[in-house]
Amino acid sequence: MTEQTIIHRPLPRPSEHSARFWSATAEGRFLIQTCSACGQATFYPKVTCPSCGSVDLVDTEASGRGTVFTYTIARRPTHKAFAEAGPYVIAIVELAEGPHVTTNIVDCDPDEVTIGMPVEVTYADTIEGIALPLFHPATTTATTVL
Amino acid sequence: MSASTRGLGAVVGVGDIPPSRTTPGETTLSLMAKAAVAAIADSGLDFADVDGVLMHPIGGVSMLTPSTVMEFMGMQANFAEVVDLGGASGAGMIWRAAAAIQAGMCKACVCITGSSRRGRPAVPPSAGGAAKRTASGWNMPDTSPFAEFEVPYGNVGANVGYALVAQRYMHEYGVTPEQLAKVAVHQRDNACQNPDAIFYGEPITVDDVLASPMIVDPLHLLEIVMPAGGASALVVVGPELADKLANPPAWLLGAGERVTHKSITYAPNLTDTAIQASAARAFDQAGVTPQQIGLASVYDCYTITVLLTLEDAGFCAKGTGGRFIEEHDLRWNGDFPVNTHGGQLSFGQPGIAGGMSHVTEAVRQIQGRAEARQIPDLDLAFVNGNGGILSEQVSLVLGRQP
Repeated sequence: MTEQTIIHRPLPRPSEHSARFWSATAEGRFLIQTCSACGQATFYPKVTCPSCGSVDLVDTEASGRGTVFTYTIARRPTHKAFAEAGPYVIAIVELAEGPHVTTNIVDCDPDEVTIGMPVEVTYADTIEGIALPLFHPATTTATTVL
Repeated sequence: MSASTRGLGAVVGVGDIPPSRTTPGETTLSLMAKAAVAAIADSGLDFADVDGVLMHPIGGVSMLTPSTVMEFMGMQANFAEVVDLGGASGAGMIWRAAAAIQAGMCKACVCITGSSRRGRPAVPPSAGGAAKRTASGWNMPDTSPFAEFEVPYGNVGANVGYALVAQRYMHEYGVTPEQLAKVAVHQRDNACQNPDAIFYGEPITVDDVLASPMIVDPLHLLEIVMPAGGASALVVVGPELADKLANPPAWLLGAGERVTHKSITYAPNLTDTAIQASAARAFDQAGVTPQQIGLASVYDCYTITVLLTLEDAGFCAKGTGGRFIEEHDLRWNGDFPVNTHGGQLSFGQPGIAGGMSHVTEAVRQIQGRAEARQIPDLDLAFVNGNGGILSEQVSLVLGRQP
């Protein structure tokens, strides 16, 4: 297990319809939305169901568990803010509830990441007051600090 | 018979400013204007005869792009529009131009793409671009799903997205690094027949590709397109003019379009792409099958893009792309020619004009004007334009006969 300190990331500025999501991450909860009409779960926060077009989306709390659907190791920085990060893992995690989420896999040697690896969410507290969801292998404990 | 773009128009003129690493003394507008007048001259039409214009969004021009370009060129038009489909914009212009002509909105439409390029940006991209440094960190200038849910994780730029797709494809179906590398190698061989290609005269081997630095696993440097400056334009006319001009027409026989997502994270499927829908419509409109195609001129920002396109357009079955590439000769004189101009991987990617290069190459091949890399007796070409991270797809079938 390694401790990473990553500073100066571009951080989200919550919008009118995503503010609830970011308020929840600050409380350690990962919100998705479930459509009352068709039952489809979706992420990121929207105002219409991407499956059926219904506006009846209800916030639901995800388990925070999922698996790595695919990933890459950025051997060179993909953004100036990551200039000093060293190789890092950008991944799509498939939540247990279904939706896909872009994230970084942390607390793990990048070369150890595999597709299908069970992961769970951790929240990095940032100096901007945003709790940024990251994922780490399900068997380890998070120590990431932003 | 259902509605179709078949025979609605033909490409009769092409004009290129060949790719180069930098474009000193040029702006995007100046390159676009030069390519446009070259394409009009090539068609044999008078400048004043061209009364339609299509272009893509231009950096620094936040709106009113058509009038900006037209005023710069001294054009007046009866039809003017921006096509904002990323790398698929060029292909997307062709059927729009033909449809506008068919609808009686104009008689001849110039489709313009291009981009200038500095050696080193005068302003760092991040300073005025997607993120701004503040006293306490990096903040986004405005809110968007991309800014909120992608940028904080470094999912920025095309490399990451295509690497995520390639990794997933390898997991689901398997493709060897050598099979993917062969795409880059054979396209480089094609570029060595094209003096306009940025890598003309520089052949490479599979070992070269695999020895090049890993940038985003599993993509090596030589599997990633190189940015360049340059421009490319072409002229589309309808049936009443097509046979009366300087060059043999390259007829639009079919078109298909499909747009599905922005970030690859939310794509309906990472390995079954929207090309399945766009290509199926193009082939259906044309009334031909993939087996009748003599040239695949398909978007190749990365080697994996070519593999996915060959599968999803129906040249081979899903999951067999690696073996298909291994078993075929993709060179201009091979049994399955792909990207005879070198593809963007070896021709260069001058912004949106990179996508247009697949159209201009197909047109030149159909017209019999591809010189050292000419495919003998080519009747039918398949073109695919791809924007974003497999986000926007436009497929075309072009042919010698209407």
